[in-house]
Amino acid sequence: MSQMEKRFPTKINMRTGKVDMTHGSGGRAMAQLIEELFVKHFDNELLAQGNDQAVFNAPKGRMVMSVDGHVVSPLFFPGGDIGSLSVHGTINDVAMSGAKPLYLSAGFILEEGFALADLERIVISMAKAAKEAGVPIVTGDTKVVERGNGDGVFITTTGIGIVPEGLDISGSNAQAGDVILISGHIGDHGVAIMSSRENLSFETQIISDSAALHGLVADMVAAVPNIHTLRDPTRGGLAATLNEIAYQARVGMKLFEENIPLRGEVDAACEFLGLDPLYVANEGKLVAICPPDKAKKLLSVMRAHSLGRDAAIIGEVVKDDMGFVTMETGFGGTRIVDWLAGEQLPRIC
Amino acid sequence: MKYVDEFRNKDIAKKLAKEIANEADASRQYNLMEFCGGHTHAIFRYGVQDLMPDNVHFVHGPGCPVCVLPIPRIDNAIELAEQGAIVCTYGDMMRVPASKKNSLIKAKAAGSDIRMVYSTQDVLKIAQDNPNREVVFFAIGFETTTPPTAVAIKIAAAKELKNFSVFCNHVLTPAAIQHILQSPEVRELGEVHIDGFYGPSHVSSIIGSAPYDYFANEFQKPVVIAGFEPLDVMQSTLMLIRQINEGRFEVENEYTRVVTPNGNEKAQAIVSEVFELRRSFEWRGLGDVPYSALKIKSEFSEFDAERRFVVSKSTGKDVKGCECPAILRGVKKPTDCKLFGTICTPDNPMGSCMVSSEGSCAAYWSYGRFRLDMAKDKSLEAAQ
Repeated sequence: MSQMEKRFPTKINMRTGKVDMTHGSGGRAMAQLIEELFVKHFDNELLAQGNDQAVFNAPKGRMVMSVDGHVVSPLFFPGGDIGSLSVHGTINDVAMSGAKPLYLSAGFILEEGFALADLERIVISMAKAAKEAGVPIVTGDTKVVERGNGDGVFITTTGIGIVPEGLDISGSNAQAGDVILISGHIGDHGVAIMSSRENLSFETQIISDSAALHGLVADMVAAVPNIHTLRDPTRGGLAATLNEIAYQARVGMKLFEENIPLRGEVDAACEFLGLDPLYVANEGKLVAICPPDKAKKLLSVMRAHSLGRDAAIIGEVVKDDMGFVTMETGFGGTRIVDWLAGEQLPRIC
Repeated sequence: MKYVDEFRNKDIAKKLAKEIANEADASRQYNLMEFCGGHTHAIFRYGVQDLMPDNVHFVHGPGCPVCVLPIPRIDNAIELAEQGAIVCTYGDMMRVPASKKNSLIKAKAAGSDIRMVYSTQDVLKIAQDNPNREVVFFAIGFETTTPPTAVAIKIAAAKELKNFSVFCNHVLTPAAIQHILQSPEVRELGEVHIDGFYGPSHVSSIIGSAPYDYFANEFQKPVVIAGFEPLDVMQSTLMLIRQINEGRFEVENEYTRVVTPNGNEKAQAIVSEVFELRRSFEWRGLGDVPYSALKIKSEFSEFDAERRFVVSKSTGKDVKGCECPAILRGVKKPTDCKLFGTICTPDNPMGSCMVSSEGSCAAYWSYGRFRLDMAKDKSLEAAQ
């Protein structure tokens, strides 16, 4: 190790330092950043080997792979940051197949001038999220772009996992008669992000629901192996997710607005921003679709898990060639819940 | 949510629905125009139509602020941005189609500095943060959004902000309603039957209920000022039906928790300090409507983008086949338009009514009323 210490005679100044072009150059500065920041915090054997790839034994069975890019603004928000989000997001995408996530990779695109203190804070947050989830970040990449060509930091994570035997979970499996469940309150993440946007900044107690859901999924598939569909309603919210599934499975859906868990604060924030909570993003919720005779059992398993405490049955899958998602409103009428068009923009009058 | 949930109560809605069904005369039709997009939105979002008898029809009016802005004004805003100004506007405006398939959001993508803001205070901050750039607020909206623009101009004057100006497109509600009632389709041709009006809620909180007295009398149509919650719409429907049945044409106020006869006099005072009437203003759908919009008074001319910059006279026209003008007048329904749902959808709007959630076409499309109706027709056909 004495040789290594000579290689980097002084430590990177994480307190006041900034990302510069050399940190992505492939030279010594990059090696030092990797060692003193990423390897140090992500702290696992595979990464510490120092290769350009992680080598591990492949488990038997069906494997899952998923990738997710993260460009959230602001980088730090109530209840999380881009780091924890990039870990949870990919773990969840892997887990929605019923799989047990095994490993993550992380690609960083850094903007010249980005504060190393912020980068370290993000990396520590990622490390903590990965450790809590039990899914190590085993390989990674760092690139730097000139000032003005990025927005601080973008993070892309890839995850791989293995599906327990006997599971067949897919959007296309939803069928008429199935029951639709959600694991908790909708819209928390989107509203938390909005509340911390520079030009909005309203005061709220709402924090992002960002969380890794594979533990909840493991309990669910153990109890009800024939769950038909799992999906996390992220961008576009619950509405987009259900429309995707309806299209994939060529079925319709019928929701009951009164049964959809929604916090009063989120409802109020959506009200004054002119947003519909059905379209607001979540980062720690899942939608499950299962045969009707299993719905009660699934609900009780979900409620027994800390991330599913507020789970609810919110609707049913119906036969409908046109793939409509309809909702009985709390007011007693019916409306269609369509795909999100454009970005959800606030009303002005 | 306090003060809101009470007005979305299902049980009260059921009771009201029953009363409406009882009082509506089955031998006649009730065509009720909601002027405001806010009402249109509430009707669709909560499925209010489902609770109405078949002979009560909602006619959607022109009260969607982004819908009524004619294409040349949007062209002008884009032109200002292309000249190098930072153009700020409210979110709904970003996707409204301009000439040549352009829009503010497309101009932004092409490199213009166009920013979405939530309030006029954001614009002042942008102006202060960018002292070497011209910052133009593309101001739109009815009487509700006018006072904040007036306040911003006054603040800019007090702070001697040299780089802030307003491209004023504020319009006035009573003039537009009057124009609709005077249109040949309503008065002579009888193409549009309007039996009564839901008066605006937010607009009325500023201007009060008194300004509607004139045309209730003149045109002998009842007006009920209605809140934007679904129960407000239902209660107002009942009040309108009662007036129609009794042959009355009065201005009644359902939204008493906010609207007073004289409105917000403080806001009115600030508006009249900064703005004056335009002789005429072009509305999409209605054409030139006399004294229907505001311009900045000469005392504040340095903050008037129209005097500060040279903008060309755009002759931009609506896309061929787009029925927004007729839809805004209540002459046609969104589904009467050939473009509706074919090439014109909220993802790719051809006309302004497809953009804002307050626009009739967007409400029709997004809340899918027409699709449910289509499905119903289909199943009826199958049954026969």
